[in-house]
Amino acid sequence: MTTVAVREPLATTPPVRPGVLTPFTVFVGRSLRHSLRDPEALLMGIALPTLLMLVFTFVFGGAIGGDSRAYIDYVTPGIILLCAGYGAATTAVAVSRDMTTGTIDRVRTMPVPGVALLVGHTVASLLRNLFSTAVVILVGVLLGFRPAAGPVEWLAAVGLVALWILAITALFAFLGLVAGSAEAASGYGFILLFLPYASSAFVPVATMPSWLRVFAEHQPITPLTESIRALLAGVSPGGDAVAAVLWPLGVLAVALVLTAWRFPRTRSRLVH
Amino acid sequence: MTYTDEVLVLDDVTKRFGAHTVLDGVSWRIGPGITALLGPNGAGKTTLIRIVSTLEHLDGGRLTVLGHDVVRERRTVQQLLGLTGQHTAVDGMLSGTENLVMVGRLLGLSRLDARRRAGELLDQFDLADAARRRAGTYSGGMRRRLDLAMSLVRAPRVLLLDEPTTGLDPRSRRALWEQVRRLADDGTAVLLTTQYLEEADALADRIAVLDSGRLVAEGTAAELKAGAGGDVVEVLDEHGQPSGALSTDGTAGHVASVLRSLPGTARVQVRRPTLDEVVLQLTGKDAA
Ligand SMILES: Nc1ncnc2c1ncn2[C@@H]1O[C@H](COP(=O)(O)OP(=O)(O)O)[C@@H](O)[C@H]1O
Ligand SMILES: [Mg+2]
Repeated sequence: MTTVAVREPLATTPPVRPGVLTPFTVFVGRSLRHSLRDPEALLMGIALPTLLMLVFTFVFGGAIGGDSRAYIDYVTPGIILLCAGYGAATTAVAVSRDMTTGTIDRVRTMPVPGVALLVGHTVASLLRNLFSTAVVILVGVLLGFRPAAGPVEWLAAVGLVALWILAITALFAFLGLVAGSAEAASGYGFILLFLPYASSAFVPVATMPSWLRVFAEHQPITPLTESIRALLAGVSPGGDAVAAVLWPLGVLAVALVLTAWRFPRTRSRLVH
Repeated sequence: MTYTDEVLVLDDVTKRFGAHTVLDGVSWRIGPGITALLGPNGAGKTTLIRIVSTLEHLDGGRLTVLGHDVVRERRTVQQLLGLTGQHTAVDGMLSGTENLVMVGRLLGLSRLDARRRAGELLDQFDLADAARRRAGTYSGGMRRRLDLAMSLVRAPRVLLLDEPTTGLDPRSRRALWEQVRRLADDGTAVLLTTQYLEEADALADRIAVLDSGRLVAEGTAAELKAGAGGDVVEVLDEHGQPSGALSTDGTAGHVASVLRSLPGTARVQVRRPTLDEVVLQLTGKDAA
């Protein structure tokens, strides 16, 4: 028996497919809205860079360099990277939240690539953190930071910062994917946030005990800080630049491979 | 286009999580109208809904949606379905309008069409006044309605609702029932799961009972009441209110022996079992 029982799709809603880029722009827009409407994220983006600059310049600057003006030139790149770490860490929480609410299920049942959701969080994090970078530099300049970089050096320095933000954001997105909860997701980020303190970001590695020095010289923040510092001072970063590019690319590659493997296997964690 | 009276066809559908068999060879044909899947917590209702909506893989058997295989024609099936999951999937940081526009854009509507459709749905679901407010400030009932509206942006032909009214107050529950009925009247096939017999009874054309991953009964509410078990001997108190019930197998001999076991002065009435009692008999558990 055959009856006309289930109606045909409404004439007003033909089975169109979204453009290839649409899901990505939609989710980037969503994540940016989240950032702008989340008072904590905004605070993180503006107050944290400002406070860190003030603390490092006036509290540590006097003690370490003797002259806080000179120390600003030294410490600004490190603070940029420190803020990038904090800013990127919020991506883990955002991704985790999407995995523990019904959002991922809704996206998975629509004819769009689910990874667009992660791309949205990542691009939003990149923009958010570049904004924080601008805040750090602005506060620095107000406090006496006088970069000697030309347009090419500026471009290269910002490029390195953006690459690093992208790399750790991708890593935090993966952590958000595997963490059992938003709280756990932010907890996992601890190691990454700790890296700048054990690097040449705030004090030269020569002042460190030898075991710490070995670590500091073989982790990404040191070549990144050295390169950005050199570029902003208007000089060539030399050999540090190679490590400063390869580290983020390596971290990014690992994060993308892990995510590509894990994402299709991720279920929403509120099933029952 | 296929004109069919078979909306979902499940053929020996099996699902395991590790050693735990959650769906144990479910075969079921679901027609148009509203179908309720009733079962206690842990019966496997959500798992079944998730398999239909392509969120979980099958471990065995076959499942088609309007003739399309959920495994081989995943994208087609997704175009036919709307899902409102057990946990609401509204974005609390976005307004009602923004939530709906986002879904519309993801489904391929232009910005303008997505806005227009959002407006229609907000009107239809009594959310027009709250359209610009963040969904995070909505009440449970409003969130549920927005969630439902988000599943309807592209007018799916089959709507899956996983415990749509759990946690809602009676008024919101009734309002949602009304919306679901209207959708079904417009020709949307609805499969809903529920732990509330009242809901299945009030809404569904047909009811199936799932227990520990097996379908233990299927039919209209009347058929279920008629088919399972026999009449119930109800003992009444001095005010004529029921104070206890004894089930029988429905034969005169059994009813008589039950009656003889009661004191001669007891006031009784013999009646058909309620749906509640039927499900209790079928599953050995309270549905709610
Ligand atoms: N992802 C999962 N992993 C392991 N076990 C699961 C998973 N999802 C559901 N289960 C188990 O399957 C059974 C049925 O769950 P579910 O389908 O949610 O039932 P219901 O919706 O009827 O309450 C439960 O015992 C539950 O613990
Ligand atoms: Mg369930």
